[in-house]
Amino acid sequence: MKAFRLFAFLVAAWPAFAHAALSVFACEPEWGALATELGGTNVKVYTATTAFQDPHHIEARPSLIAQMRRADLAVCTGAELEIGWLPVLLRQAGNAAIQPGQPGYFEAAQQVALLEKPAVLDRAQGDIHAAGNPHIQTDPRNIARVAQALGARLAEIDPGHAAAYKTRLADFNTRWNAAMARWQAQAAPLRGMPIAVQHEGFPYLENWLGLKQVAVLEPKPGVAPSIGHLAEIVAHLKIAPARAVIRAAYQDPRPSEWLAEHAGIPAVMMPFTVGGSERAKDLFGLFDDSVDQLLKVAR
Amino acid sequence: MLRPAFLVAALAAACPAHADDADLAALRAEVKAMKADYETRIQALETRLATAEAAAKAAPPAPAPQDTASSAPSNPGAFNPEISVILQGGYAHLKDIPERRITGFLPNGKAPGSTRGFSVDDSELVLASNVDPYFRGYFNATLNDGKVGVEEAWFQTLALGQGLTLKGGRFRSGIGYQNEQHPHAWDFATNNLMYEALFGEGYGNDGLQLRWVAPTDLFTELGAEIGRGANFPGTDRNTNGVGSYALYGHIGGDVGDSHSWRGGISYLSTRAEARSSTLADFAGTDVNTAFTGDSKTWLADFVWKWAPLGNTTVHNFKFAAEAFRREESGSLDCVNGMCGTTGSLGAYQSTQYGGYAQAVYQFMPLWRAGYRYDLLNPGSQDFGLNNTKLPQTGYRPTRHSLMVDYSPSEFSRWRLQYTKNRAIEGQDENQWYVQYIFSLGTHGAHSF
Repeated sequence: MKAFRLFAFLVAAWPAFAHAALSVFACEPEWGALATELGGTNVKVYTATTAFQDPHHIEARPSLIAQMRRADLAVCTGAELEIGWLPVLLRQAGNAAIQPGQPGYFEAAQQVALLEKPAVLDRAQGDIHAAGNPHIQTDPRNIARVAQALGARLAEIDPGHAAAYKTRLADFNTRWNAAMARWQAQAAPLRGMPIAVQHEGFPYLENWLGLKQVAVLEPKPGVAPSIGHLAEIVAHLKIAPARAVIRAAYQDPRPSEWLAEHAGIPAVMMPFTVGGSERAKDLFGLFDDSVDQLLKVAR
Repeated sequence: MLRPAFLVAALAAACPAHADDADLAALRAEVKAMKADYETRIQALETRLATAEAAAKAAPPAPAPQDTASSAPSNPGAFNPEISVILQGGYAHLKDIPERRITGFLPNGKAPGSTRGFSVDDSELVLASNVDPYFRGYFNATLNDGKVGVEEAWFQTLALGQGLTLKGGRFRSGIGYQNEQHPHAWDFATNNLMYEALFGEGYGNDGLQLRWVAPTDLFTELGAEIGRGANFPGTDRNTNGVGSYALYGHIGGDVGDSHSWRGGISYLSTRAEARSSTLADFAGTDVNTAFTGDSKTWLADFVWKWAPLGNTTVHNFKFAAEAFRREESGSLDCVNGMCGTTGSLGAYQSTQYGGYAQAVYQFMPLWRAGYRYDLLNPGSQDFGLNNTKLPQTGYRPTRHSLMVDYSPSEFSRWRLQYTKNRAIEGQDENQWYVQYIFSLGTHGAHSF
């Protein structure tokens, strides 16, 4: 029982961790960037994934559990995007504040209406999400909606800085609305442009810019396309041509590059989230770059 | 064309044939006024339409669908627990060895992996759900012909906070690395030799577990468990109090975006009373033995994972290694054979070692290949008075395993495995396994 006493001592003697700033655990880079925009120096943001990682498939790594343990607020997409790893983190971290249902747990997808809600739930349809398509961050109007809710949530769990969050949110709104007006003006030529996508990751972007999706490379969501399937798409694109095939930064480039070569259209790597390209350093850069990438192929 | 003709006819009939010019003039004026009135109205409508069109052109694109909380009809089944079923089975090509006992180790009574030909492994049924805002419940049963086993049945706290989690019921102990994993989560079709020798499959207990995660950047986890201690290497004893306890600590972290690791030390202390096992005496006759005493096990584990920029889709690599030291001391009673029918009681003391190391590489999407090496060291085994009846051995059991698996999706996996099994002295066995693992139902989340 000696070892038991040592254990008890270690638990008791561990120095209590003093919070200087509100710790935010962001599941994806876009929410990390948004939390930084809205929280400024009052928050300390840890982003669990990068733009080069597939948010569906993340290892529930020890480092993530350690960060979740200290978080005051977890900001995630929800809509089952993180179903393969977030529940493990939430259960193993022993942090009561960020459990679902608590103010410290924030799901961005709950702030917007989701597209592509499947009518039939069957795994034969691939890796589908019952709640709808979770890749909401490709539409800046969704970012604006999430910002309102996240700003309010920050003020709720850190009332001491509520005024600062309010000011920052108002400031962000002004800058974001101006930027949206600019992107929409720039993107006018993109309306109706036909595109092919590698993964069903862009319905919100298409909805925002009026892009026309004519083909998806993955035969089923989350299922990598075979050469045979790609050849069928090349044939399909002869009838319904696309201007480009687009994919997210984290996706395997090979399927879209193969298609680009055989269909004679450019392959475009979209940043998809903050950090996905050199220019996508923050949320503003993300859309600056996304719109420019598409304009390049529209000309 | 019928209608105007009919109207004309009707008008003609309505107008008296002797209508005078004044009446006609009045009628004409009226029609003219009506015509003018309609024309102005149509013009007004056209203007309004044009304005609307212009406005639509100038307005921003249609807003993204608004926040329409889907008002799903109330569903009494919505609170049902998450349900999943694991189907597992396959084909094994093995040598016909009636009793598989790892040479130099006291058998645990569970000899796994000895069914030859086609077979279905235990199917697992898992039910899990949050009980309320404070607890989560988990139930895992294994089903096979004529037997149902409760593998795990526990509650876990959700709201203790301070990094603390309390688990109670029947659960897999948090010691080591592989111990908490059920067979479907293993990287090979068969268990490693170390866990086979130590626990049969994995160490489970009925009791309580307290885990604490430190508020540090470096992942630091400490755990303590107390329980009944009924499972091997302990035995069920008719007593109050604590039958076994375990302590463990793990640390872990990332190196850059591409590497992550976890390592730890665990300790398990339990007691056995008349733990029976069958051994061969010097004459090669099977004798029944019963061990009573303390069993103490130390485990060290290390896992390292790599994926380029942390993206596991195309390539990823996993290395895992564990090692143990077990000390058992007490007495061993043996009956039959050279020990005689009345039995022979002697002291028993052993210190034994072993471990495994494995590497699994995903060389292309959906395909993985892996190699595992198992080694056990019987160390020192002292039977006291029975040293003249029971042989000691210096034989070191080993195993080499090679596997390739293909996972068409997250929910299905096919595996081919070859094992060179030298766990039993004098038996050099080539084993082949074809295995399938299917998981139905709720999307499970897997630990590191």
